Amino acid sequence: MAYVAVKGGEQAIDAAHAWLAEERRGDAETKALSVAQIQEQLGRAVDRVMAEGSLYDHQLAALAIKQAQGDLIEAVFLLRAYRTTLPRFAHTKPIESGEMRIERRISAIFKDLPGGQVLGPTSDYTHRLLDFSLLEEDERTNRPPPVAGETEAMPRVSDILRHEGLLEADTAATCEPGDLTRDPLALPADRDVRLQALARGDEGFVLGMGYSTQRGYGGTHPFAGEIRMGEVSVEIEPAELGFAIDIGDLVLTECQMVTQFKGTRTVPPQFTRGYGLVFGFGERKAMAMALVDRAMRAAELGEDVTAPAQNIEFVLYHSDNIEATGFVEHLKLPHYVDFQSELQNVWRMRTETNT
Amino acid sequence: MKGYNFAYLDEQTKRMIRRALLKAVAIPGHQVPFGSREMPLPYGWGTGGIQVTASILGPHDVLKVIDQGADDTTNAVSIRRFFARTAGVRTTTATAEATVIQTRHRIPEKTLREDQIIVYQVPQPEPLWRLEPSRVETTRMHGLADYGLMHVKLYEDIARLGQISISYDYPVMVNHRYLMSPSPIPAFDNPKMDMMPALQLFGAGREKRIYAIPPWTRVKSLDFDDHPFRAINAPHPCGLCGSTDAYLDEVVTDDRGGRLFVCSDTDHCAERRAAGFVGADGAREAAE
Repeated sequence: MAYVAVKGGEQAIDAAHAWLAEERRGDAETKALSVAQIQEQLGRAVDRVMAEGSLYDHQLAALAIKQAQGDLIEAVFLLRAYRTTLPRFAHTKPIESGEMRIERRISAIFKDLPGGQVLGPTSDYTHRLLDFSLLEEDERTNRPPPVAGETEAMPRVSDILRHEGLLEADTAATCEPGDLTRDPLALPADRDVRLQALARGDEGFVLGMGYSTQRGYGGTHPFAGEIRMGEVSVEIEPAELGFAIDIGDLVLTECQMVTQFKGTRTVPPQFTRGYGLVFGFGERKAMAMALVDRAMRAAELGEDVTAPAQNIEFVLYHSDNIEATGFVEHLKLPHYVDFQSELQNVWRMRTETNT
Repeated sequence: MKGYNFAYLDEQTKRMIRRALLKAVAIPGHQVPFGSREMPLPYGWGTGGIQVTASILGPHDVLKVIDQGADDTTNAVSIRRFFARTAGVRTTTATAEATVIQTRHRIPEKTLREDQIIVYQVPQPEPLWRLEPSRVETTRMHGLADYGLMHVKLYEDIARLGQISISYDYPVMVNHRYLMSPSPIPAFDNPKMDMMPALQLFGAGREKRIYAIPPWTRVKSLDFDDHPFRAINAPHPCGLCGSTDAYLDEVVTDDRGGRLFVCSDTDHCAERRAAGFVGADGAREAAE
């Protein structure tokens, strides 16, 4: 009898999980993938999962990627669900990106500048041709010896520009930064919360929003003032010690977009900034984030708010891929009660129109 | 469960949620923002309801979880297992035995008692969202009790279709003050909310809102004097237990238009059948 089909959810779930585990492992003839391999060889995926998962832990991110069969949003979800259970011991001092140990640093607005342009491990100028030599299981690459590390100080381009008074100044926060993982989003949302949402936000969403500003939906005439990637120290200052101690390092990508601003009656024409900062090597995300950050400052700078990327409520409510994927995918849960009421409603309306 | 607190959430988080719940009970129908946590189940699958349940559950509680009225739908099974695993509480499918009932899309047919709590999973707590997508705007509208937009929508339905076209998630007015989404329950269930002896709690995890209806509170489905609220149900008795006053699911039995109408509340149906009530299809099945 068909009615039986809706019963037996319990066994069905167990069977589905068993099948999933088998699928994840794949053909047992192939070697099992180790977490260390993912961590070492799928670094960009690990970085993205750490960034959107808001948890800086390469090993756990790699584990999540393995468990999720490479589904990165699912991996972010796993990491987030773990992160939420962790106790908080302390808050770090703000990291100092000006003192970053640079692996990559480029500026698109000056041909040369103190510290120079450093390409780093970029794929920008590779030709996207499949490298069939990678098909070899035991690939032995002849690594060129690493270039001697730079030691020259690398002041941030924003600091250089600011000396001339052409770039808006940094504004110090007036209060503790907000935290979307503890407090619900409240509107109007200040820039601290907006930046947090963007840093955690889905790379694809932020990219699309940033792109839309370049195509005329809230354009800001951006220039990539500086992109830098490298390691920074993280420090905490325990109250009982009274001085800061170094607790570890983070690899970060930072992007400062420099954008035009015509000025107002009280503010002279100058350049304004959009800011992007993400865990790991996430240049695409950092750049897109900086574009969207600047777009969301439209109201603050007295510009018309007309485009989606300028609409703070729209961007913030839709940037989180864990919220989005959950709600989109919940449509596959049973809705037969609602559908039944719609069916009866349609029947009723048809009968009453006919009579 | 090893490594996790009782009922998964840490005590600080539970305290934060309980504070939101107390505020919600004090202002019936008002949406209280809360610091919704990321749960190990996806948003949209009951994270709000789960957080509310986790915050009110004690070791002696007996939990029932239903989805579409049924205890054995996959997501209900999954949530029931989650609490059996993380809280070790006793679970049940019998409505009368439960002290806490978490539900998605239905209210049980059996009248709930004062010593029971029903927790609704809410996908979209904002009743005005189809009419005004901005939460900044809707918050202002709730503040001013400015619900003209919804009345106009209902009026337009009547003017164009001769009747109100909302069949589920039918908006209600709570305690004569706040317009509220009853969650996507069929409009059939709306009257059960009015003056319910049990406490009704609503959790929306993704949207980070909690709201509540205290026991014995007026809950009125929006309507007009000349177009009173009407609940809809399939015009059939239950095929298995013969019930004529329970909400029905339609089950497609073949590809030639065959249909079986059965109680959506599986516990209600099973209890009636155990008491000897037999519907037309139930009798046929027994004869086969």
